[in-house]
Amino acid sequence: MLKIWSMKQKQQQDEAASAGTKKKKVTAAQLRVQKDLSELSLGSTMKTNFPNPDDILNFELTIEPDEGMYRGGSFVFTFKINQNFPHDPPKVKCTQKIYHPNIDLEGNVCLNILREDWKPVLNLNAVIVGLQFLFLEPNASDPLNKEAAEDLKVNREGFKRNVRTALGGGSVKGESYERVLKK
Amino acid sequence: MTLAMTGTVELEPSQPSNARAKWKHMDTVLDRSGPFTDPDFRPGETPKESLARAKVLVIGAGGLGCEMLKDLASSGFRDIHVIDMDTIDVSNLNRQFLFRQEDVGKFKAEVAAQRVEKRSGSGVKITPYCGKIQDKDEDYYKQFAMIICGLDSIEARRWINATLVGMVDEEDPDSLKPLIDGGTEGFKGQARVIFPTMTSCIECQLDMHAPRAAVPLCTLATIPRQPQHCIEWAHIIAWEEERKGDILDTDDPEHITWLYQKALKRAEQFNISGVTYSMTQGVVKNIIPAIASTNAIVAAACCNEAFKIITSCNPCLGLPGTDNYMMYTGDESVYTYTFEHQKKPDCPVCGNLSRPLQVNQDSTLGEFLDSLTERPEAQLKKPTIRTEAKSLYYQSPPSLEEQTRHNLSKKLSELVENGEEVAIQDPAFPTTFKYKLVFQK
Ligand SMILES: [Zn+2]
Repeated sequence: MLKIWSMKQKQQQDEAASAGTKKKKVTAAQLRVQKDLSELSLGSTMKTNFPNPDDILNFELTIEPDEGMYRGGSFVFTFKINQNFPHDPPKVKCTQKIYHPNIDLEGNVCLNILREDWKPVLNLNAVIVGLQFLFLEPNASDPLNKEAAEDLKVNREGFKRNVRTALGGGSVKGESYERVLKK
Repeated sequence: MTLAMTGTVELEPSQPSNARAKWKHMDTVLDRSGPFTDPDFRPGETPKESLARAKVLVIGAGGLGCEMLKDLASSGFRDIHVIDMDTIDVSNLNRQFLFRQEDVGKFKAEVAAQRVEKRSGSGVKITPYCGKIQDKDEDYYKQFAMIICGLDSIEARRWINATLVGMVDEEDPDSLKPLIDGGTEGFKGQARVIFPTMTSCIECQLDMHAPRAAVPLCTLATIPRQPQHCIEWAHIIAWEEERKGDILDTDDPEHITWLYQKALKRAEQFNISGVTYSMTQGVVKNIIPAIASTNAIVAAACCNEAFKIITSCNPCLGLPGTDNYMMYTGDESVYTYTFEHQKKPDCPVCGNLSRPLQVNQDSTLGEFLDSLTERPEAQLKKPTIRTEAKSLYYQSPPSLEEQTRHNLSKKLSELVENGEEVAIQDPAFPTTFKYKLVFQK
């Protein structure tokens, strides 16, 4: 420990002395989320909702696509971010039961950057762009809902009709879906 | 020369020569200077006393922790504390060599402390604490000369790192606690030394930990190829579909059995063999492969650095401006590499530490933010501000702006405590400004 403290003192020559301690410090996860939120570009098709505005680690994102097969729908996702963010990815789930090849009936989302391709350098905007893309380009080769993926692969027009039925709260192949059309 | 140490053990530094005999080899490096020794090093009693009086903390009493306790006790440390919340599982016995069959179910910290203390003979005191590191506050960590981590969780490392960085008080040399961190994963490992606030910290080095390799969710759902995929499927998908509302407890044998049976059934459907109960446990608890020898290598490297830091007998890893990270790679022959990981100026933990800022507690948050835009060093345009507990004002997203707007007309004294930290962000700047708001009256 020889000299460490004198090195420290040299390092901080022009830093002011610190005031009172013992107060809670803003956590690394909060700092990062705060930064990510300030860089969010939501456009006109997305909005956020914070059930508790003091808790920025838990919020909802509503996506209302204005083009593509899911146009007119209003999809609500929950974001749960833990204190280990950005080492851990955010946990994202769709709160409604929807007909989509990459989202299962429980709301799990198959998006690579939410699991295998997550890196701490990615931000919330990347996740939001990814989710938005799922509604523009549902992907049949990466299915989470196998029936929907088969449907999309085999008969694109039929799939489109089934999506419209599901969005309106109808049933598709014996499974009934939630009405998620924008009010 | 200042040795940042508090707390002493009841011991007599000058012992009869036969008791000192067991330290003969260690003494050769303490009784004389070597070619690399700092010119200010005074050989002899001074470093010996420093070593004997140093109170050190080992975090973790698992594979690495057991090794560290043994290494520290046999290098001459005599007041060692150990903290671990876990109990001994039968699967630990192969490498956590301090534990026996009859210890299964007991606290690791307690058993490890007893065993090493007994084996080391008189003069070595090991004090266990069975609980979480988060149970303890700054006063607890302040009593140690240094902290040595043998953890398998990144979360725990980040916590202790942030705590030690936050503890540094620029007026008090005793508040700076060197952090030595060891980690292993299979044949790979690393040892690093951090002087909180002075050198690159765990948070700066977060990119050195690859996030856990996850399998695409769709692979799990549709075409599992490995037994692990079936277990992950049971863990992530089946559990939620069939046991919604039940919170999965990875220590509950009933829960693991349920997952195991689900996974087994799914594996049969896809003609996959190899799903076992212990594999299920390993996958859901995210147990990383631990190899006893790698633990021994990394723990030994950490403890030699601890010895050098305390005694100053030779330069240690991690001094500012020198190498601070030693990686060991044994999965393709053997390769070690030691380098200096640079401190990140925008590190959320050690980058721009909070500075005191005098404020008038009767001014409103809005007025305060306006004044910030005029400060020459900040010149913020659209500041966003929060404390640990509260979102004070957010410029975006719009819904949060709306929800926090009413705070702008509130007095600072209604929103923050005297001395509380605020974090201020502005899209014009990549870094976060942190201030401790000090009330003027
Ligand atoms: Zn840092």
